Amino acid sequence: MDLDAKIPDGPIAQKWTQHKDAIRLVGPRNRPHYRVIVVGTGLAGASAASSMAAMGYQVECFCFQDSPRRAHSIAAQGGINASKNYRNDGDSTFRLFSDTQKGGDYRSREANVWRLAELSTAIIDQAVAQGVPFAREYGGMLANRSFGGVLVERTFYCRGETGQQLLLGANSALAREIGAGHVKMHTRTEFLDLVVADGRARGIVVRDLVTGAISSYAADAVVLASGGYTNVFNLSTNARGCNVTATWRAHKRGAGFANPCYVQIHPTGIPAAGEHQSKLTLMSESLRNDARIWVPKQKHDTRAPGEIPEAERYYYLEERYPRFGNLVPRDVASRNAKDVCDAGLGVGPTGFGVYLDFRDAIAENGIETIDERYGNIFDMYNRITAEDPRETPMRIYPAPHYAMGGLWVDYDLMTTLPGLFAIGEANFSDHGANRLGASSMMQCLADGYFVLPITIGDYLSRHPYGEMDTSHAAFGDTEREVGERISKLLSTTGTKPVDAFHRELGSLMMDECGITRNEAGLRNAIEKIPELRERFWREVRVPGSGASFNQSLEQAGRLADFLEFAELMCHDALDRDESCGCHFREEHQTEDGETLRNDEDFAHVSVWEHNAVGTEPTLHKEPLEFEALPLAQRNYKT
Amino acid sequence: MKFSLEVWRQPAGDAAGTFTSYEVDEISPDSSFLEMLDILNERLTESGGEPIAFDSDCREGICGMCSLVIDGQAHGPQRATTTCQLYMRQFDDGAQITIEPFRSGAFPVVRDLVVDRSAFDRILRAGGYVTVHSGPKPDPNDIPVEPEVAEKAIDAACCIGCGACVAACPNGAAMLYTAAKVSHLALLPQGQPERFARVQRMTEQMQKEGFGSCRNYGECEAQCPKAISIDFIGRMNRDLLRAKVTQPIDFRGDMKTQ
Ligand SMILES: Cc1cc2nc3c(=O)[nH]c(=O)nc-3n(C[C@H](O)[C@H](O)[C@H](O)COP(=O)(O)OP(=O)(O)OC[C@H]3O[C@@H](n4cnc5c(N)ncnc54)[C@H](O)[C@@H]3O)c2cc1C
Ligand code: FES
Repeated sequence: MDLDAKIPDGPIAQKWTQHKDAIRLVGPRNRPHYRVIVVGTGLAGASAASSMAAMGYQVECFCFQDSPRRAHSIAAQGGINASKNYRNDGDSTFRLFSDTQKGGDYRSREANVWRLAELSTAIIDQAVAQGVPFAREYGGMLANRSFGGVLVERTFYCRGETGQQLLLGANSALAREIGAGHVKMHTRTEFLDLVVADGRARGIVVRDLVTGAISSYAADAVVLASGGYTNVFNLSTNARGCNVTATWRAHKRGAGFANPCYVQIHPTGIPAAGEHQSKLTLMSESLRNDARIWVPKQKHDTRAPGEIPEAERYYYLEERYPRFGNLVPRDVASRNAKDVCDAGLGVGPTGFGVYLDFRDAIAENGIETIDERYGNIFDMYNRITAEDPRETPMRIYPAPHYAMGGLWVDYDLMTTLPGLFAIGEANFSDHGANRLGASSMMQCLADGYFVLPITIGDYLSRHPYGEMDTSHAAFGDTEREVGERISKLLSTTGTKPVDAFHRELGSLMMDECGITRNEAGLRNAIEKIPELRERFWREVRVPGSGASFNQSLEQAGRLADFLEFAELMCHDALDRDESCGCHFREEHQTEDGETLRNDEDFAHVSVWEHNAVGTEPTLHKEPLEFEALPLAQRNYKT
Repeated sequence: MKFSLEVWRQPAGDAAGTFTSYEVDEISPDSSFLEMLDILNERLTESGGEPIAFDSDCREGICGMCSLVIDGQAHGPQRATTTCQLYMRQFDDGAQITIEPFRSGAFPVVRDLVVDRSAFDRILRAGGYVTVHSGPKPDPNDIPVEPEVAEKAIDAACCIGCGACVAACPNGAAMLYTAAKVSHLALLPQGQPERFARVQRMTEQMQKEGFGSCRNYGECEAQCPKAISIDFIGRMNRDLLRAKVTQPIDFRGDMKTQ
């Protein structure tokens, strides 16, 4: 597996500019001859598809929802970072770069992270020009808030629905290009396999979710913008449909999968209420700006929170991390919540919850101010739990949230399979072992608006357009394999619904490959997952036919992929015998219980090559180099 | 808790549909409405039946994928709430609940409770954008926007495109959706250059899609899960009137080429 990241030469601040000047481009007359497939219409997919179409490429775009606007990106709440330095508080490209590097615990590629920081400001300009109604100050200037783990205010937001507004912006650009005939949009269409011929990505095989028809599309390049795999935990903050299918099937066709064990568990989810629960709702991280997090000092304290006197409250983050207090990075906050709950201090019916309390903030700023900031989140919480955070503290618990791992890509965002690109959450690139709040949307839009539309030209220009159409044998073969897999799912003779297996997989992964991990647990999971997979194929029941709208079949196909992917995730977590960012191996911690990195042996990206299901994957390593920001241990204590 | 459900079942868009009765018990009051249906579907699967098809994705009231007319109300009885955010504690134990798809000529049924809302996307494509390419743009602070204006724009832009307004309207009109889209951009400085063309193109497309006309029933606002104000319809109508006088678009050409 060739892991040449193609990092441009030159000083870090000039790399992107020089690279853009050096790479090959496709001229405007030739672009309409090239066809590009984009799978996904979230922030990454919609921005890429619309940008490339506006340049003149023919774009075929796919999503499984009934409208491109519904991609999971729509649910992002808190905001998007950009180093505009509007607050004059010392922000700069370097600071955003270094915050992202440190936040990611030095497990990302410097050159990519710098480029991301550099492009961040243009994203805000682009979004505003599209009509994204970011919050404004009284003088009409853009407002900012601060977001977990950094010392500057650089987060731009639209109430608690920044993702919706940014996606509507990208989606409006996409709509324009669809209307103009430059993008052909395929909704309710699921990517089921990648077609590879002569070692290059040539197209995709999809299933029309309404009619069940399986068909192929050929293209000069394929872009996966299919989002993250966090639903491997079953309960997560992700939308129900989020899946690993696109990236996993591409992986099985030869694309290297990088750092699958890096998953962020967000500290502020609403705790699960019971078995019936279908997803975890995230309460925006911005809440931590004003709320104080605590648990009772006494174990299994059943008193109502209001009855617990100040002296008997344990403000554990403020005590343990005086400088950052409640704003420590997500992984630190999550681990500490698990830690106090494991110690018996947790609250709520399950004992897996901590309080997030606005009492002091309301006393200090008045209910109006706090309501203005968080009113809609309070209402959402109230609707779900029937409790009002204005009167009683919220209960929160860590919830699986974001996948830092994904398909390995080089500086041009191309995977190890020539012609296959991955952008947004689907790739591994910029967040290392832990993502900072408000940085995912930034990455998705940087990839889609500004990076891919240019770098893809370098690949396209090296090959004639329209080289292969769907009459090539590779398409027929792949379609047949897809068809066989669907028939196999439909011919299972068990009685159990798909969700039952998803719950089992989720709780196994949460226990053994969740907030904390250890060798014995991971070995246990690696043994159990194949058993579960085998039981799934034997005991599941997938009702209905393949030739119609069949949601059980969709779910079954996605879970079948999760059941294979989960094993890879555990292999990666086991191999990474260090702690870094969100990957906390219990064997490797400081005296204070912090992550203890091992830079000597693990300052690399782990890139896995698929062999066969059930056999060990092969590990390849991309070494990481640190020039612009020398390695240092993360320290949020002082 | 225990419920008697009357659920619309229709195997395909071109097949006949009918109501089917189901009893569900042992439902936690903390289950959402869709989780209650998930449980029913799991039980149907286990007992050899076919689960009920319904749309959902985010399950937190923002993607607009979930739908359902519950006891005659789009997204059910709780105001300003999507079906996925509706909890069973809102219902009486033992209640009989009728569940239907969003019905409208412009939203054909796909299966059971799932409908095709692509007409909304076509309205958007007709003009719901600002024409800008990706690339360098002016600094946003060069064009100040009063916070009240930005807030009003979000009041419109928070539309989740679910189609409840159409399902709620006795006339099947899509005025609230279209008005929300038109007003969001018409309020902002960035939306000005295309403002009057946009409103004409989008309302023209709305009519082509076969949505009914607005008779001021006001049900759209009452059943909108984001409580979008009907005032935006008035705002859109004023813009449309002005547009037709000052910069009319002749759509007859479009018709011929179709
Ligand atoms: C509740 C929540 C809040 C968040 N808040 C923030 C925040 O405040 N700031 C921030 O920066 N980030 C936030 N994030 C993270 C951020 O929203 C996501 O990482 C980001 O939106 C991912 O975008 P994407 O374009 O990569 O993928 P997605 O938005 O997940 O889109 C995936 C697309 O791929 C399509 N797709 C997937 N699989 C297939 C398939 N097999 N076939 C066909 N199509 C397929 C889907 O239809 C969809 O269109 C939040 C995430 C959550 C869950
Ligand atoms: S499922 Fe997304 S709004 Fe209900």
